[in-house]
Formats: sequence, C-alpha cells, structure tokens
Amino acid sequence: MSRNTRNSSDQQLPGSVRLHALAFMLGFGCLLLIGWVAFPALLYKNTPQPLSFNHRLHTKIADDGCNSCHFFRKDGRFSGIPGIETCRACHTKVETGGDSETQLIRDYIAKTVEIPWQVYARQPDSVFFSHAAHVRSAELGCETCHGDIGQSAVSRHYEENVMTGYSRDMEESMKMDDCANCHEETKQDGASAQTDRDGCFICHK
Amino acid sequence: MISGTKAMKTKTKQTYHFGMLIDLDRCNGCGSCMVACMSENNISFRPDETDKQTSITWMRMYRISNRKPFPDTERCFLPMPCMHCEGKESGHSPCVSVCPVTATDYDRNTGIVSQIPSRCFGCRYCMVACPYHARSFNWWDPVWPKGMEQMLNPDVSVRMRGVVEKCSFCYHRYQSARDKAHLQGRPRIEESDYQTSCTEACPTGAITFGDLNNPQHRITQMVNPDRNLSGKPRNPQVFRLLEKLGTNPSVYYHSSKQWVREVSDNHIDDKGRS
Repeated sequence: MSRNTRNSSDQQLPGSVRLHALAFMLGFGCLLLIGWVAFPALLYKNTPQPLSFNHRLHTKIADDGCNSCHFFRKDGRFSGIPGIETCRACHTKVETGGDSETQLIRDYIAKTVEIPWQVYARQPDSVFFSHAAHVRSAELGCETCHGDIGQSAVSRHYEENVMTGYSRDMEESMKMDDCANCHEETKQDGASAQTDRDGCFICHK
Repeated sequence: MISGTKAMKTKTKQTYHFGMLIDLDRCNGCGSCMVACMSENNISFRPDETDKQTSITWMRMYRISNRKPFPDTERCFLPMPCMHCEGKESGHSPCVSVCPVTATDYDRNTGIVSQIPSRCFGCRYCMVACPYHARSFNWWDPVWPKGMEQMLNPDVSVRMRGVVEKCSFCYHRYQSARDKAHLQGRPRIEESDYQTSCTEACPTGAITFGDLNNPQHRITQMVNPDRNLSGKPRNPQVFRLLEKLGTNPSVYYHSSKQWVREVSDNHIDDKGRS
C-alpha cells in the first residue's frame, strides 16, 4: 500500500467510527452538564434573605464598623446576628425610602419581630467556635473566615445543601478541614494525646 | 482561603490539670449532682429510668456498706463521674488508648478526657476498657417530652443514637470561661470562672473542683498531689478509686473512715493481697 492511499484512508474514517465518536462526545458533554449544572442546582436550595442588607453602606455610616452591630457581650460571647433592637437604635423612621428600609420598619421594627435571617456561616451543633479567641487574642480579621461580605451591597441568596441541611458557604470555606489546617499550622496547644495536634475540645462541644 | 492567612500569635504555654475532690463524709446521697448534670448536659432519658442497663447518666451514685450487722452497720454514698484518667504516661487512659477513631482523647492542656459524639461510631470498646463504668451508650435517639426541647442547654450538643457519651467535666463551661478571659485579655482563667454543674449543685458542698497544677486552688491544698507518683494524694484521708490499676484518675475522694478507703481498692493492700 502506498503512502498516499494510507493517508487518504485515515482522513476518511468509516461512518460508524465517526458516529461513535460523536455519540461519545455528546454523552461526555451531557454528563459534564449534569455534574456541573444540573446536580448543584438540585443539591442546593436557593432562598432569598428576608431583606436585602447593604453591608458596604452600613459599614461606612456606622461609627464602629463591623463592631457596631456584631459585638462581644461582657461574658465573652459573640453576638453574631444583631437583634431587632440594634436596628431600631438607628432606624426609627423611614429616611431613604428604599424598599428594604420600608420593609424593615413596617414588618419588623414596628411589630418588634426578629428578622429571620438565614445564616451563611451557621455551624453544625457539635461545633464550638470562639470569636473571642480568634478576633481578640489571635487578631484575625472578620474577612479571614467570612470573606468580603463586609463589602457586599446586596444580600445574596442563601444556598442550602438539601442532603446535609448546611449552608453552601460553610461547605466551601468553613469545613472542619479548614479549621484543622490553620490549627495544624499555628498549633495552639498540641494537647491531643492521640494525635499531638490541638485537642478536640478546642473546637467541639 | 483560611490556610493562607497570617499565623496566629502563639501564646505562652499554659497547662491546667482539672480535677475533682468528693468528700464522702459530706455526701448524703441526695442526688442533686445527678439531676444538675442531666439538665446541664442535655442527657436523654427513657420512659422507664429504673432500667439501669439502658438508662444514661454521667454521674452515677453508688451505695456502699461495711457489711457489718446492726448496730455496727455503716453506709456511704459514692458519686462517680468520669475519672478523667491520665494513665501512667500522659494520656494513656484506658478508653483513649483503645478508641479506633480518636473520638475520645486525652487533652494534655486540661487533663480532661474528651468525647466527641459526632465522631464516635459506637463500637463501645471504650466502655469495655473503662474500669469505672463511666461511659454510657445511646441505644435510642433522644426523645424529649413536648416543649422540653426548649429547655436544652445550647452549649452542649445533643447526642444521637449509636454513640457513646460520658462526663466532660462540663467542658463547655471551660470554653465559656476562656471566651471571657480572651475578651478581657487575661492569659489564664480563675478558679471561680470554671466550676462544674455538679459542684455548684451539691447542697452540702461535698464536691471541690479546680486546677491540680495550681497550688492556690482549694483542691490542690486539700489533696496535696504528688506529681512524682502520678498525682497520688499525700493527704492520708484522700484516695482514688482502683489506685493500684495505675489509671491515674483526676477524681479524688475524701473519707475519714478506714473501711470506705479500703473499699476504694477492693480491700487490696499494698502487696496486692485482698
């Protein structure tokens, strides 16, 4: 067989092989779509927050930045989600006329009802997290764990994993491995007799 | 995201060794410690709590007797929480050394044997290893009478079916005490910052809780532990249960009665004879 004929036979593959290749590529593409688009869409339930909160605007106006609404109590506990009384301290009447502010005053402040926020960073029940240890003693910034939420202008949707019931944010950047990695690097006490790493009760309850 | 941040400041090494001293001369067996413990630690209960094979308690009250006929009969109540054994070497507690999944661990910073129920897979090897029967197994998911779940302590995680649980020396109170100390910039916690629920509940003040490494704490002054002999009490009226096993418990007992002290080690003398 001459060289030319071999080349021409390579270029003209039999119809069945081309069909198979096409079917494979289509199937591959379909599975990718299922894996990247359909499965996450099914896995995570999207719900809007009750109000859209503008962090960027509030941190500019509030006297003490993040600490104005997210503060430590005297006993060392952290008041993460501010209660309605904290909002009431500034919002007595509608000033800007924005939808969110009107809704806040009409539905929550006037009726003294707590806003049912869905917390992106809500941890499982077995987790103990000390804000005092991380923010005060270790001097970590809020953004270290919470990202740039302080710069956001709108509240994005809360995504809940329907299988675990946990927030997607927590799964992506606040897993036990994320805590353990940092504790491995910075080793606070290495108190565990079994692993020589930090003790379990540092983060668990 | 988190691993790439600046290193946390490491603080000066601080080591506690929390321990408990129960004065059996004062204990009248009222059971307040058990009740306080159950409500503090969200311990589930069964419709029939008299069935002690399936009921759960972190603080078990035993009644012992000198087995003498009247009028020489004497009785004594013996409350038993987890002994938080240190073992001969630091952390070689009976339960910790057998746990296949690191669900239970000895914390060298506090001397507390931790139990993480969400990690436990229920093999119950630790229950077999524990010479004090301090551990309980959850045969059922907890069921609370309607409305009672509102009274659960948010600082203590409720356990599920299929895991082992035990006394934690109210570790969540230590966590709260540390939170407060962090906020106030104190490197150490005070004796009064961290007391267990049973200690506070005892009406006769039979339970003393504190740091055995701190000579200022009442427990250290009363026990006077000898660190060269694995914390063996120097006070002749203070003893530990099954001392000769070498489990090195952090729970001490005080009794002025000779027979009570002998029961603590099954009447075995120093030469191993009963």
